[in-house]
Amino acid sequence: MIRVQEITKKYARNLAVDHISFEVQKGEIVGFLGPNGAGKTTTMRMLTCFLPPTSGTATVAGFDVLEQPLEVKKRIGYLPEMPPLYPEMGTAEYLSFVGKLKGLSGAELSKRIDYVCERCAIADVKKKLLGRLSKGYRQRVGLAQAIIHNPDVLILDEPTAGLDPKQINETRDLIRGLAGDHTIILSTHILPEVEQTCQQVIIINKGKLVATDTVQNLQSRARGAESVLVEVAGRNGKLDSASIQHRLEQVAGVSRVSLKESRDSRNIFEIESQKNFVRGDLARAVVESGWDLNELRSAAMSLEQIFLQLTREEAASEPEKLAAKGAQ
Amino acid sequence: MRNIWIICRKELRSYFVSPIAYLLLTMFAVIFGFFFWNSLGYFVIRTMEAQMSGQTFPVNLNEYIIRPLLSNVSVIGLFFIPMITMRLFAEEKRTGTIELLATSPVRDIEVIIGKWLAAVALYSCLLLFTALNFAFLFKYGNPDWKPLAIGYLGLLLQAGGLLAIGTFISTMTKNQIIAGAATFGVCLLLWVLEWVSGYETATWARVLSYFSVVTHFESFAKGVLDSKDAIFYLTVIFLGLFFTTRSMESLRWRS
Repeated sequence: MIRVQEITKKYARNLAVDHISFEVQKGEIVGFLGPNGAGKTTTMRMLTCFLPPTSGTATVAGFDVLEQPLEVKKRIGYLPEMPPLYPEMGTAEYLSFVGKLKGLSGAELSKRIDYVCERCAIADVKKKLLGRLSKGYRQRVGLAQAIIHNPDVLILDEPTAGLDPKQINETRDLIRGLAGDHTIILSTHILPEVEQTCQQVIIINKGKLVATDTVQNLQSRARGAESVLVEVAGRNGKLDSASIQHRLEQVAGVSRVSLKESRDSRNIFEIESQKNFVRGDLARAVVESGWDLNELRSAAMSLEQIFLQLTREEAASEPEKLAAKGAQ
Repeated sequence: MRNIWIICRKELRSYFVSPIAYLLLTMFAVIFGFFFWNSLGYFVIRTMEAQMSGQTFPVNLNEYIIRPLLSNVSVIGLFFIPMITMRLFAEEKRTGTIELLATSPVRDIEVIIGKWLAAVALYSCLLLFTALNFAFLFKYGNPDWKPLAIGYLGLLLQAGGLLAIGTFISTMTKNQIIAGAATFGVCLLLWVLEWVSGYETATWARVLSYFSVVTHFESFAKGVLDSKDAIFYLTVIFLGLFFTTRSMESLRWRS
């Protein structure tokens, strides 16, 4: 349904989106995850033909965003971060205006207005001025506006931002309910939201694609991976943290060792490992090398940590690559 | 065509549900009413004086009332045009509704023409108030209607050009006040450019005064439809709207 290839957006000074590629199948709900300023909104704006990409291509329902923007726009419903409402218009009147803009008319238009009002639970504010609505209602009118022409693709930019917990739940239910008929991309920086509503996750950070995976895979990755904290102390007060780190890295199953804290004669390492049974090996490795093992505890990784880890890895791999180049 | 009409209607509606339209109409009606009352009073005194001294005063309403008043309207219009156009795009950019228009299956040019037509329509409403005053002349006198019609055509063409410029300026900022002030400055400049012709006859002065929107109105005020002047206004309209489309496009590439 949506195919994005090597899409890039360059502003005067910075690279907002850097060669991102992904695909979304029909009927899927995809979560677009990333910290603020990661390039989520820019990517969405390129998909909705609001911004042209600097390079790369994107097609929606088989139409290119640069070559046939009108065809793409007909098939897309878009809710920007700030719902695009005219405060001086009434709800029904606004929906009628948007419907006409999207090419609806007559009986079909009034049927769709009734339908979206019911679907988004805004029928009770049909006659009210948009400027007088509460934030939750404004968001729902924004959503109603996006689905008025029954588009194939829905693009929602932070649909739950600024809502209270009850409204957030209602909005998520609404989005899940829409999933059958529409392909949905929603952006967010809240992880549980992705876990609750999406099947597929696309994680971006600083304009770069960090990971695309299903929610299940990411979660099992969270369960399978383990993070262990090891505190090592030297017998005679002297401690060579580099050699400890080197030794720990050699333990089977360990994927990453980082020095977290170094205080006098004690070093705390954070170890990320694949399996659940490295702790015994770790303890043995420390003791056999003649150091003291002060503490060893495990912390299961949440999706949150995976997210942080993924975005951090991306940042860390850059200098490593440079160093590797320098070594050659 | 349908999209232009949708945008135009929405724009006209938002003029008339907010106080803007009523404020402009009231202000314009009062100011023009005052001008009309003044020139009528002056005309009556002149006629009486002429009768008393036994002169035959040529009673020509077109020459003595309509023509100067139409010229006045064209200048008063310069002050009203910024207030009509300043919100057109600046407001949409500020509230983010521009994203709705830009991601709907409508062309930029349809949005622009729709908004410009709404602005022209509001200006025509202002002109209706002048027609109300002129109606009294037709009731109690016998002016010629053809020069008046051509005068109105000229006013519409002139306003069309300035409104196009105002629309263009409104696409360049999020701030209505800036859009309004800049448009006002341009309107004022296009008016006073003509003044150089008062003391200078060199080519540069003729060129400058050619660019003044007011010089091109003189023939219309006289009731003469001069294609030269009509083409000048049409060119301004075309260029104004053309630059607006360019500006909209560059918005997409930059923002």
